[in-house]
Amino acid sequence: MSLQDFLQFVFAGITSGSVYALTALGFTLIYNATGIINFAQGEFVMLGGLAAVSLHSGGAPLALAAIGAVAVVTVVGLLFELLAIRPLLNASVLAQIIVTVGASLALRTAAMLIWGREAVALPAFTEGAPLSVFGATVVPQTVWVLGVTALIVIALQVFYRRTLLGKAVRACAVNPMAARLLGIPYGRVVLLTFGASAAVAAAGGVLITPISFMSYSSGALIGLKGFAAAILGGLGSPAGAVAGGLALGLLESLSVGLLPWSGASGYKDAIAFLILLLVLFARPQGLLGQVSAQKV
Amino acid sequence: MPRFGQGERAGSATGEAVKAGEVGPGGWERRGRGRAWSWARGNLAFLLFSLVALTVPLYLTNSYYLSILAFFAIRLMPTIGLNLLLGQAGQISLGHAAFIGLGAYGSALLTTRWGLDPWAAVFLAALLSALVAVLIGVPALRLKGHYLAMATLGFGEIVLILLVQLKGLTGGTDGVVSIPPLELGGWSLADPRLFHVVVWSAALIMLRMALNLPRTRTGRALIALHRTEIAASSLGIDVAFHKLQVFVVSAIFASIAGSFLAHYVMFISPEGFGVTLSVLLVAGAVIGGLATVWGAVWGAGLMVLLPEVLARYNEDYTLLVFGLLVIVVMIFLPEGLAGAPARLLGLRRTLPDTVARRSQGEPVEDRGSECRS
Repeated sequence: MSLQDFLQFVFAGITSGSVYALTALGFTLIYNATGIINFAQGEFVMLGGLAAVSLHSGGAPLALAAIGAVAVVTVVGLLFELLAIRPLLNASVLAQIIVTVGASLALRTAAMLIWGREAVALPAFTEGAPLSVFGATVVPQTVWVLGVTALIVIALQVFYRRTLLGKAVRACAVNPMAARLLGIPYGRVVLLTFGASAAVAAAGGVLITPISFMSYSSGALIGLKGFAAAILGGLGSPAGAVAGGLALGLLESLSVGLLPWSGASGYKDAIAFLILLLVLFARPQGLLGQVSAQKV
Repeated sequence: MPRFGQGERAGSATGEAVKAGEVGPGGWERRGRGRAWSWARGNLAFLLFSLVALTVPLYLTNSYYLSILAFFAIRLMPTIGLNLLLGQAGQISLGHAAFIGLGAYGSALLTTRWGLDPWAAVFLAALLSALVAVLIGVPALRLKGHYLAMATLGFGEIVLILLVQLKGLTGGTDGVVSIPPLELGGWSLADPRLFHVVVWSAALIMLRMALNLPRTRTGRALIALHRTEIAASSLGIDVAFHKLQVFVVSAIFASIAGSFLAHYVMFISPEGFGVTLSVLLVAGAVIGGLATVWGAVWGAGLMVLLPEVLARYNEDYTLLVFGLLVIVVMIFLPEGLAGAPARLLGLRRTLPDTVARRSQGEPVEDRGSECRS
């Protein structure tokens, strides 16, 4: 394989990897605040993409459609927390899994009823000729995906490290009980987290829809891959989520490119799940995480 | 009737504790009433249900209604398995559609490609599913909660991808056509009434086995490990083995359902065996109720009837209703439909130990510890 082909696969990998990273980040935000894995996370990505397409075809300029879509999905995330998560915040893990799985089924079907079964796409954010990097072509949308992803990651870092509210959220992640004793409104922090997580996921959906088509059923795969990325980087670590997402995207893309076997692309999705199973079975704390003792 | 390890009553220490009736997830052991009464009532319900289910073809000849009932039985089988896995062992699987798929494809390919007898194919496919369940269950069941759910979800996706991609073997997205129907003593089960009796007999045997489970050593072990795995294992219960046991049994039930499906509709394609079916089965088991095995009957019935009721609008609404219903049930009706009458009439004094049981303390604090048992 030439350097040019190799770079082509690398660019494809980090582009889809960015979306996995944003999805993984969404998982991480909610997990850190509540200990819940939101099985509807992928549906938020899908909703973001589809809502943007609808708003855009309804006449809104692309930038407005993108922001509007993120806002709509954020509201869905907030409602989801208020209606489904809040009553079960102290319930067993199994109950929480079942509720988010039920929500994913409901959201996916609602999306199918609203948008139909057709896969749709957005136009690229900016027109322009593809760039050439060492002979590999990079479409401008890739630059948008990478740039906005980096911006979101930095903004989240600043929020969590520098603002009082961000520190309160982190306090809840460390110990909800102690945080509450210090007067932090745990309920509102959880609500905020679900809104933020839905917004990040929706942004990922809006970003990727010009590159790969989006349909009502796309969310399940993206969600599972986002979780695989979060696990790969060590669940609970935002930096790990981003690293895991990029690594997963690269692994997927390069394994398709490097395997000397023409049918390999059909197995592309299986590679992510194989990695998920291997990491779960062999190193459930993630590649970067540390083993912790279990409290009985 | 076949039974799960009957006669293992002389219980261990845990067995005694469970027998006292305070540990059970409700439904089987009733406080303050005689065990004999409870036993008789349980059997009476089963006998009546079996009688009705098996004699339906005598007075119902409409083949459309008979086909709905056949699909009811086919859905009931994996739902019973998930009811046991979720309700009694407290383990989740979001990949059970894969076992239905393995059963269906096992039956389809063994009969159409290698000319095997359909019944032998059903048996071999179940054996294959059991083997796969052991291979995936041994590492996966060591994981807890979210991790187990994701691992089984990933497993289901991989099986689906293999069914689509291994075109030379499975026919890819085109599926497998002209699968032969089952036969019994020279009679072809293409006759819907005959098929009804056979498929319901199989489903009823599974129901009986599941109803017996709480009275066996394995059943009591599951109840104990559902409550607290650490206490159970410190009492000498082989937690991993018992979890694997119920996982494999539920996989076999699902596989047999898939085989019946393949021989009944005579055509299969991979898209029916995806995540949506896995999730739908879990939703059905939960909506029906996990506190008693009868919940599976309610759940499977709803799964089959709701699309018929909603068909005049759009059968796609079924999945939406199921998704919303499972949330509502989890929040307001933790015992599911099976527990609804008692709940509404205020008959149940204490809430049974259902999945939605509130944890005693705060939300999980020590998050790093959930990965492994």
